[in-house]
Amino acid sequence: MSDTMTPQRYGSNAGQPLTRRDGLAKVTGTATFAADNTPEGLLYAVYVPAAIARGRVVHLNVEAATAVAGVTHVMTPQNRPPLQGDPEAKPNGFSFIVDVLQNDGVRYAGQPIALVVGETLEAATEGARLLAPRYEVADSETTLAGQGGEAVEPGAFGRPGGAEHGDVPAGHAAAVSAIDVVYETPAQYHNAMETHAVVAAWDGDRLHLDLPSQALSLSCASYAYFFGIPADNVTIRCPYIGGGFGSKAFPTGPQVLAILAARTAGRPVKLMLTRAQMFGPVGHRGATRQRLRLGIDGGAALTVLDHEGTAATSRFDDFIEPAANASQGLYAAEALRSAHRAVRLDVGTPGPMRAPGEASGSAALECAMDEMALLAGLDPLKFRLRNYAEVEPGTGKPYSSKALRACYAEGAKRFGWADRPMEPGRMRDARGLLTGWGMGTALFGCPMFEAEATATLRADGSALVETSAIDMGQGAWTALAQIAADSLGLPMDRVEFRAGHSSLPNAGIAGGSGHTATAGGALHAAGRDAIRKLGEIAAADPDSPLHGSGNADFTARDGRLYVAGDDSRSEDFAAILSRAGAVDLTGAGSASRPAADAEAHAMNSHGAVFAEVKVDPDLCQVRVTRLVGAFAAGRIINPRLTESQLMGGMIWGISFALHEEAKHDPRSGRIMNADLAGYHVPVNADVRGLEVLTIHEDDPYVNALGIKGVGEIGVTGTVGAIANAIWHATGKRARRFPIRIEDLLD
Amino acid sequence: MSLSISLTLNGVVRDIVLDDPRVTLLDLLRERLALPGTKKGCDRGQCGACTVLLNGKRMNACLTLAATLDGATVTTIEGLADGDALHPVQTAFLENDGFQCGYCTPGQIMSAVGLIAEGRAGDDPERIREGMSGNICRCAAYHGITRAVQEATRRMAAAERGDAA
Ligand code: FES
Ligand code: FES
Repeated sequence: MSDTMTPQRYGSNAGQPLTRRDGLAKVTGTATFAADNTPEGLLYAVYVPAAIARGRVVHLNVEAATAVAGVTHVMTPQNRPPLQGDPEAKPNGFSFIVDVLQNDGVRYAGQPIALVVGETLEAATEGARLLAPRYEVADSETTLAGQGGEAVEPGAFGRPGGAEHGDVPAGHAAAVSAIDVVYETPAQYHNAMETHAVVAAWDGDRLHLDLPSQALSLSCASYAYFFGIPADNVTIRCPYIGGGFGSKAFPTGPQVLAILAARTAGRPVKLMLTRAQMFGPVGHRGATRQRLRLGIDGGAALTVLDHEGTAATSRFDDFIEPAANASQGLYAAEALRSAHRAVRLDVGTPGPMRAPGEASGSAALECAMDEMALLAGLDPLKFRLRNYAEVEPGTGKPYSSKALRACYAEGAKRFGWADRPMEPGRMRDARGLLTGWGMGTALFGCPMFEAEATATLRADGSALVETSAIDMGQGAWTALAQIAADSLGLPMDRVEFRAGHSSLPNAGIAGGSGHTATAGGALHAAGRDAIRKLGEIAAADPDSPLHGSGNADFTARDGRLYVAGDDSRSEDFAAILSRAGAVDLTGAGSASRPAADAEAHAMNSHGAVFAEVKVDPDLCQVRVTRLVGAFAAGRIINPRLTESQLMGGMIWGISFALHEEAKHDPRSGRIMNADLAGYHVPVNADVRGLEVLTIHEDDPYVNALGIKGVGEIGVTGTVGAIANAIWHATGKRARRFPIRIEDLLD
Repeated sequence: MSLSISLTLNGVVRDIVLDDPRVTLLDLLRERLALPGTKKGCDRGQCGACTVLLNGKRMNACLTLAATLDGATVTTIEGLADGDALHPVQTAFLENDGFQCGYCTPGQIMSAVGLIAEGRAGDDPERIREGMSGNICRCAAYHGITRAVQEATRRMAAAERGDAA
């Protein structure tokens, strides 16, 4: 049996709204991101992105580039030194095919077609410009519109299966009222503020990388694959990531090329993608078209929830947005179907982007639920409650915990939902702006990966805890240290926490909203192991007040070890360790979810999001004026950071609903708005009236700590809530995202 | 070719020989003067990550050619605190969780210092949001940023009143 059922005692750190431990470094500019490193002898690399979406490069003016003062190397498909790993294959199941000048072909705009290295960034940039590529252009296809696509063969990462429960044709037939609607979502690009970067230095056959990676151990193995060296020969230093959102979990072509250039040059090389280069070889959220068919019986119960997603992927690799799966696990429909199709386009391969599948799928589903509620003549919240799932629909599995009812109730109360008129277009504010209220259900899974950690009690009673965890803004430096400190019964300032380096015990992946649970679980286990060992030493030590308590459990708090349930018997860590020879005592721990636990329950974070929008009746400009999210996500380790994460996610929801869209020029296949002026993301003025409530939830099944994760759920629910509010304000139902003024004009 | 400029950088007069006339202030700081606290997010004036104070005014360092800065005064994030004593804006960002990944943060903080000096926003959240909208935060820490700027504005105003009294 797993650890999950053992009741855990908690110390004083978890649950506290501590400020960030890395905050001082971040506000003083001393937090070092990858490209902030400038080692001795550094060269700069700049690559040339393809300006066509399909065809061949027929000429590069290598002479001109080479002639630039300060340019040291010009790398093209003609002279690119060999790689030991085939770029058309993948280093492991959790990676994508990369473009590293393996031939002169172009398969998407933005693909690297040459690399220039120079003594300065200016020289390399000038050299890259002078390469002036000429192309043989082939016709390209970059939009989903009008394409039916192919069925997805499920299995590997990026190829989602579907699901079918109950009798779907019968569900359709039994409906007394039904909708059949199509929603479209665009290609979106992660655009972390820190662009992808690397500073690569070789030392013989050892490779040192400063590189932002959401998965240090996997990244070491992946880069090692390309260069034919053991994974142990690669070290990655990554104390901070300037935002990842899923885009920094995989090796990318430009980074491989820079590492290759460093090997060729025998000097360290820095490469930092330009903003425009972020639109191509480093992943994106693929465009989708989703058909939703919902039916209800006379009592407004769903007879069927039938969701088909068609998603864009590249011609040469698979990441098919699992959008339709958002309809699994949420509403109690008699019959449920999710299916996916793929359309191959001349675009870079998509990848997971904050709430992959769920964000796009939830956007469509929550709108469709509103459309169905309207036909049912029910308030949207009442309709969702009417179809509330007490057990996982289809599978009948119990939920490990599900405080969604409380999320609905608390969120609605805080928002004032009860005053909402049923009909659209009924509310105006004092300035005459159309006002609308909408809501959506939020849901995200709570996966766990695998992680390891160590915890060392030092002779002075302080501790060192280590795991290769990644802080990309979610607050790992702080939240994980809180968990570690509690597992050791120490105050935070007695715990040194090392993370962000590949040489540390493997903390797994910072993704899937599972990092705190997974790395935290490993730290927790390591701390308990150290305490157990300390207890053994004390119990065997005749001079310790704990002597002879061999079979008892031990607890620790404030740097003292106690016999469990007997506060009269305790001793200071340092005293125990000093009699034992002042040695350091190391505990080790790991975390993962046992398969049996994963099977027995459906596990999700849940939430309810309520949105208010105001729409100018003449100009149709839309503003989100209030957004209240109530979320139940298991144990909250740090409420301050959790609120920030959830708000960040909700603002991503605003962005999805109203701002983000990469637009291709159909003639060239290039993205027309590949910069932060044309590719809109919310700025501060777009955000007001945000409120987050967290609903208490004890979950004894998800993991030993009861943590579910909060990194992605905020995006889900929010998009639909805003779209539904726009409908409620205007009476106009826009079925493509982002919703623009022209969608609302008469 | 080389070009010399003299500028006051974080309170210190620096004589700098530029190896290239194309060097921006941002690349001068980051790649040549070991001051990488100022960040590059777009290199074309669209994100604000590179915001510094140039002669007391907030400026995108990526849009400023270093060669134009002879005689200028530049303050970067590294020069904002007074030794170990944080600038009130830095403290307020820390306390209000005005960041997540921290990448946009130096630019946000320098921009906030500039905004407060401009005196256009006061502690009005709407005007702060508007005045801070040249600084994109993809982590979307805007709620905390706005509160931080509000709080720093009030604290700095209070401190000034205290000084005057
Ligand atoms: S880097 Fe200067 S504004 Fe973006
Ligand atoms: S804190 Fe990450 S971009 Fe602002």
